[in-house]
Amino acid sequence: MKRELPLFLTAVIGLFMILSFFVPHQFVSVPADFLQQCAVIVVAFGYVLGGANVLRVNFDGIYKRQPDWPYKIVLAGSLLITLFFGLKEGRAWQDSNSVSMWIYNQLYSPMSATMFSLLAFFIASAAFRAFRIRTMEAGLLAAAALIVMLGRVPIGDVMTQWLPEPLRLGAVQDWIMNFPQNAAKRAVLIGAAMGVMATGLRVILGIERSYLGGGE
Amino acid sequence: MSHAQGGSLRSNITRRLVRRILAWGLGLALMCSVAGGAQAQSADSSTAPAPAPEPPSSLEFHDVANDAGRAIDLSWKLSPDDTAGSLRVSGYVLERTENLAGPWTLVDTVAAGTSTKNDQSVTRDRSYFYRVGATGPGGFTPAGAAAGPAIARSSWFNNTRWSVLAFIVSFFLFVLYFISVAQAGRKPFVRRLAGIDAIEEAIGRATEMGRPVLYVPGVQDIDEIQTVASLVILESVAKLTAKYETPIRVPVAYPIPFTIAQEMVKSGYLNAGRPEQYDPDSVRFVSPEQFAYVAAITGIMLRDRPAAHIFMGSFYGESLMLAETGFSTGAIQIAGTANVHQLPFFVVACDYTLIGEELYAASAYLSGEPKLVGSLKGADLLKITIIVVVIVGSVLETMGIHGLTTWMQTQ
Repeated sequence: MKRELPLFLTAVIGLFMILSFFVPHQFVSVPADFLQQCAVIVVAFGYVLGGANVLRVNFDGIYKRQPDWPYKIVLAGSLLITLFFGLKEGRAWQDSNSVSMWIYNQLYSPMSATMFSLLAFFIASAAFRAFRIRTMEAGLLAAAALIVMLGRVPIGDVMTQWLPEPLRLGAVQDWIMNFPQNAAKRAVLIGAAMGVMATGLRVILGIERSYLGGGE
Repeated sequence: MSHAQGGSLRSNITRRLVRRILAWGLGLALMCSVAGGAQAQSADSSTAPAPAPEPPSSLEFHDVANDAGRAIDLSWKLSPDDTAGSLRVSGYVLERTENLAGPWTLVDTVAAGTSTKNDQSVTRDRSYFYRVGATGPGGFTPAGAAAGPAIARSSWFNNTRWSVLAFIVSFFLFVLYFISVAQAGRKPFVRRLAGIDAIEEAIGRATEMGRPVLYVPGVQDIDEIQTVASLVILESVAKLTAKYETPIRVPVAYPIPFTIAQEMVKSGYLNAGRPEQYDPDSVRFVSPEQFAYVAAITGIMLRDRPAAHIFMGSFYGESLMLAETGFSTGAIQIAGTANVHQLPFFVVACDYTLIGEELYAASAYLSGEPKLVGSLKGADLLKITIIVVVIVGSVLETMGIHGLTTWMQTQ
């Protein structure tokens, strides 16, 4: 029963949601909207479990003096302080002079931007490795990348102004992006879409049931 | 010439000169009077109030098809005064009522030159009467007559989605057929997936080095099917780590996948026959915030030094940050995602990458269960069908036949 009931609910609700894609009538659309709202409420309760896990893992680490445990104090303290002001300010947390908004603007946003800006360095190091020409395929990749990068900036066209229009770097990079690149991308997307359908169908029909856990 | 003749000539010239001067003077006076009159007239017209614009006409209404009775389409003929360069119409005012006796309520105002409006504020199965008026500097002119009753009704089927239904039914039939074939004992062939084969190798390496395995299930919630696929793979990975007695770390971004991931890891240890080895702290909730999640995972990579990193699921800008940091630690890395734009980053920084559909095929591949493998073959057959439809559609479009394209268009 522990497995049959979830499987039954998954099948019924899954098929009903598929039905709602084709039947716009209120007899279907209204319950479908309701089910989606229920999902939001369930997720909200999930955050309580998640928050409890964060506190338990970090307090445990502090207690056991795990490596770098002082950082866990910062994490747990930040979580509790943010939570406290969020609960205290309620709906007013979005006011420009609220403490929550100050935390968001002065602490969270700069730290988030700092992390994101690191991406530029990671791209540089990854590109350095990717464009080392050791095989025929790597050579093709490096050549295509060079053409696309040069073709997308004005200097590319300036360098090849003496060539006929279709052979200039701008036109060649357009061709690379519109035909070989697009064709490969769509092939991956169509394949992935089939995978999505297959996985969804396996879950709905109860063929894929490992997500229910190991208990019989 | 005599004196008499000479005097007569002079007097004639003098008379003509006088007449011409008089004529010029008169002409000048007339021109001045005309110009002055025009100025006066102009001054009069700038001070007089502009007339109100002519009203729009032919207000029509249509219930929006293929919806749940939530909208009515309205269209009308523009006011004759609503022409290019004319400033007599500044906009149209749409009003509606449920009773012709009123009161009328404002639906919306639209700019001059607009002749359509989609009213999405209606209540299903209720009758409405509409009217539209033109407004401008000269005032407001209501339409002569109201149009109605307009009723928004629910449709029982979205007629633009027959093609999708046909493909889904075909897919269901293909999958069910191949499942029945597989259950009958004919196991379909599935090609080797190097990335999946490498998982056991990576876990074995982590075991030899005495370090943990890091499994990252993506940055999306459970409504993303890639996360579901990733969590299914997690069970097989956890089973292997249990078998090799190697610790596993699973940082999760959202609470619902977190609870499922806990179940999957527990299930993996149970299926491996080592439930006592399951560590409740192995699965951790981190944060749904993208870069907080990245910071936590890179912290785990640099502190705990896992020997194997497995990234499976949906990733965005953080993919390269994770994979490059992992690369710098020297760990063996296996990634899989259907997010096309992140694939190049994983290909560059990881040892093995599952591309697109391979991620979804992984669970069937790992379990080897006939039913799951059968569903893969069903998806393959639908792919062939789609390729055939694309080719036929291209040929038909080239020939100027648009029926198939029209049938495939959805709303």
